[in-house]
Amino acid sequence: MTPQTIELPARTPLLSRAGWSTFIVAVLVVCALAPALNLWVPADSAFHLSDYAVGLVGKIMCYAICALAIDLIWGYTGILSLGHGVFFALGGYVMGMYLMRQIGTDGNYKSDLPDFMVFLDWKELPWHWTFSDSFVATLFLVVAVPGLVAFVFGYFAFRSRIKGVYFSIITQAMTFAAMLLFFRNETGFGGNNGFTDFKRILNIPIATQEMRMTLFVLTGVTLLGFFLMARWLVNSKFGRVLQAVRDAETRVMFSGYNPLGYKLTIWTLSAMMCGVAGALYVPQIGIINPSEMSPANSIEMAIWAAVGGRASLVGPIVGAFIVNGAKSWLTVAYPEYWLYFLGALFIGVTLFLPQGIVGWVKKLKGAKP
Amino acid sequence: MLSQWIRLTAFALCLVSGSVQALTTEDANAMAIGDTDARVEALVKAMATADDKTAVFLQALADDAVKLVGTRAFMVKGDKGVDPVSGLEFALPDEAEDIINNNRMRGELDSALAALKLFSKDAGIRLAATRQLQSDADESKLPLIEKALATEQDAQIKDLLAMVRASALLNSTDITQRLEATRLLATSTQASTKTALLARLDQETDPGVKLALQKALREVEAALAWGDRLGAMFSGISLGSILLLVALGLAITYGLMGVINMAHGELMMIGAYATYVVQGLFQQYLPSAFDWYLLAALPVAFMASALMGVVMERTVIRFLYGRPLETLLATWGISLMLMQGVRTLFGAQNVGVENPSWMSGGVQVLGNLSLPYNRLVIICFALAVLGAVAFLISKTRLGLFVRGVTQNRPIAACMGVNTARIDTYAFALGSGIAGLAGCALSQVGNVGPDLGQGYIVDSFMVVVLGGVGQLAGTVYAALGLGILNKFLEGWAGAVLAKIAVLVFIIIFIQKRPQGIFAMKGRSAEA
Repeated sequence: MTPQTIELPARTPLLSRAGWSTFIVAVLVVCALAPALNLWVPADSAFHLSDYAVGLVGKIMCYAICALAIDLIWGYTGILSLGHGVFFALGGYVMGMYLMRQIGTDGNYKSDLPDFMVFLDWKELPWHWTFSDSFVATLFLVVAVPGLVAFVFGYFAFRSRIKGVYFSIITQAMTFAAMLLFFRNETGFGGNNGFTDFKRILNIPIATQEMRMTLFVLTGVTLLGFFLMARWLVNSKFGRVLQAVRDAETRVMFSGYNPLGYKLTIWTLSAMMCGVAGALYVPQIGIINPSEMSPANSIEMAIWAAVGGRASLVGPIVGAFIVNGAKSWLTVAYPEYWLYFLGALFIGVTLFLPQGIVGWVKKLKGAKP
Repeated sequence: MLSQWIRLTAFALCLVSGSVQALTTEDANAMAIGDTDARVEALVKAMATADDKTAVFLQALADDAVKLVGTRAFMVKGDKGVDPVSGLEFALPDEAEDIINNNRMRGELDSALAALKLFSKDAGIRLAATRQLQSDADESKLPLIEKALATEQDAQIKDLLAMVRASALLNSTDITQRLEATRLLATSTQASTKTALLARLDQETDPGVKLALQKALREVEAALAWGDRLGAMFSGISLGSILLLVALGLAITYGLMGVINMAHGELMMIGAYATYVVQGLFQQYLPSAFDWYLLAALPVAFMASALMGVVMERTVIRFLYGRPLETLLATWGISLMLMQGVRTLFGAQNVGVENPSWMSGGVQVLGNLSLPYNRLVIICFALAVLGAVAFLISKTRLGLFVRGVTQNRPIAACMGVNTARIDTYAFALGSGIAGLAGCALSQVGNVGPDLGQGYIVDSFMVVVLGGVGQLAGTVYAALGLGILNKFLEGWAGAVLAKIAVLVFIIIFIQKRPQGIFAMKGRSAEA
């Protein structure tokens, strides 16, 4: 038998030439144009970027990171998670704990302890608050806590080959259980009020225009960084195996691969991305409470990815912007119609746009001669 | 106010007024004026010789309808003052002062009134009064209790009264009285007896009585523990029956057809609102038959949800067969629209659905265990629905077709089964059962737009735990989860119990990914 050579498709570049130029423009917009328009253009000018817009876009960019994370696990690996809200909230809570400690003695009760602990008549910080006064430890925990939770959960779930809708429902149960847990005062996370009323970050006042802009830029850079990382990941051999798992997991196993490691890695990574998004989200919004873990929130994340287009990396970002942009407009203009719209979006996208908006645009382009 | 007066006079007239003395002006004044200690003392004194006038005056005191004019207490009736002894009316002067009752005084007044109610003609009022006295019986009410005991005819009330008498005697100064009381109380199954015994044990000095008290306490605790255990078991079965109702519909749509219907909870909600609408119609047009509105609501709830299910299946779900994740998202979208639709139609507030009179109340099994009728009815109803579904699936032509399509769609189609139509029927059936579940839920919980949300995770857990495609698994999983949940609840609180159950399911699925009852098959994708 003569040895056969297999023609592997040539490794595609990370981004095409046009892709790179778009990417650089995006970096410039986030890092230079937006701050300039917000901070230095006078408020009455037509080109001024309002603080409201900065807050909104900053928030949506956090959501876009989540959508990207969902896309990696759902679009590329075929695992639909309905529990990513937990990881988002965990990252947010870790950051929130740090911000609560930063309040110091400026709270209503002038105590070293956060207000809600004084209210519950606690005398000292519970054990899980040990590292909350250190910013470095917080940065580490923002990634580590969601990562660890996801790793343990994923290990048990994937090891016993729970997949498809089973997995989705179990993740939903997980986020539901976590929400119930965090609603309890005894858990030590402020019960249903959560954390709010932050004053400082790194001893710098948090509610200033400059700080808002800094967080905005940081979020934008993180989003773009994650985008590049995801791009690199799905183009690598690792990414190919993921897509093979999505399309025919049994065949992957018969070819000698153990999908457990692949699924677990991408699952944990995706959870970490959500954790980072949560940590960026909390100082911008100024509140974190257990309702972030409600099953509805996690499902909404999936719809961002679906609207934009699964299995493309630009798609989820576009989807997050479109859905949340529509949400922030509709909930103000026609609050009673927002849920109709969202519901119709769920149905319409699954029925008519299985590839999402990006896939639809691609098809339109392809149809042209 | 007026109706209260009438009621009050009614039972006051029934009082056995065998005492020589009646309410005197001095007594009335002493009960109304002065510091609480003095007033309570006067109250105790007046109770020994209580008559119907005492009852009226005490009720007025408890209702804050007594005012002071100078140093005399008068009852207020409309804008008139009434002399408590002579019953004469006169115009109330402007300078009349209010009397302020603190909590202790109110408590004393309430229990005194309860003691007086022991002579009501209505057995229900007597029973309620006896129950109330159980928690705060003392020696001052002993004469009244003994008088009531002598005249009481109803065996249940008589037994209870004997217990109340024993509780009152427990603090007697006579050792033999205390011993006697302790012996009697040992047979009690009331939680309040335990408290009374414990309180006495703290103060008791006589070693003999102390020993008897401890023995009695142990016996009462053992009896109470049984009641608690049976109570947890019953509420577990009750929760299990509700879960079963909710999950039965899912077992058909998900278990048999493989459709993840996230709008299942909202189909239940539609059933509950259908019940609400039927209730409204009965109130409006058939008030005489109001007690039976629930029977009419059942088919309406079933049809409303089934119809909604058909619409969902024909317009959305049928395009998504074989794509479970997409079905999940699309049905979630439907659930959002249904919820908002109900909000638009009925408002965001919960609506009130009443129990028919034959479903309110309950059976008293043990002292601390009573089984509410509405729960009992729902348990029976769940079993009936289960029986009907099992029959439908295993014995009828439709059931045969559903099973055939589930097992092998192409072959079923080759045999001439119209698979698309069977899908619609099966989905309508599952949705209709959800409607029935909603109708049942409306009898035990709140009916609002969010009704379904609370059950969706639980019901999926039941189906996942029970195993797909199995009715038997669903039954065991529902009852098992219900009972497990309630027992953990008694031990760790509601939230921790729920979390523990979810963790348990996640671990259980590690061991048996296919649920309790696995479908045997050869598929590598299993």
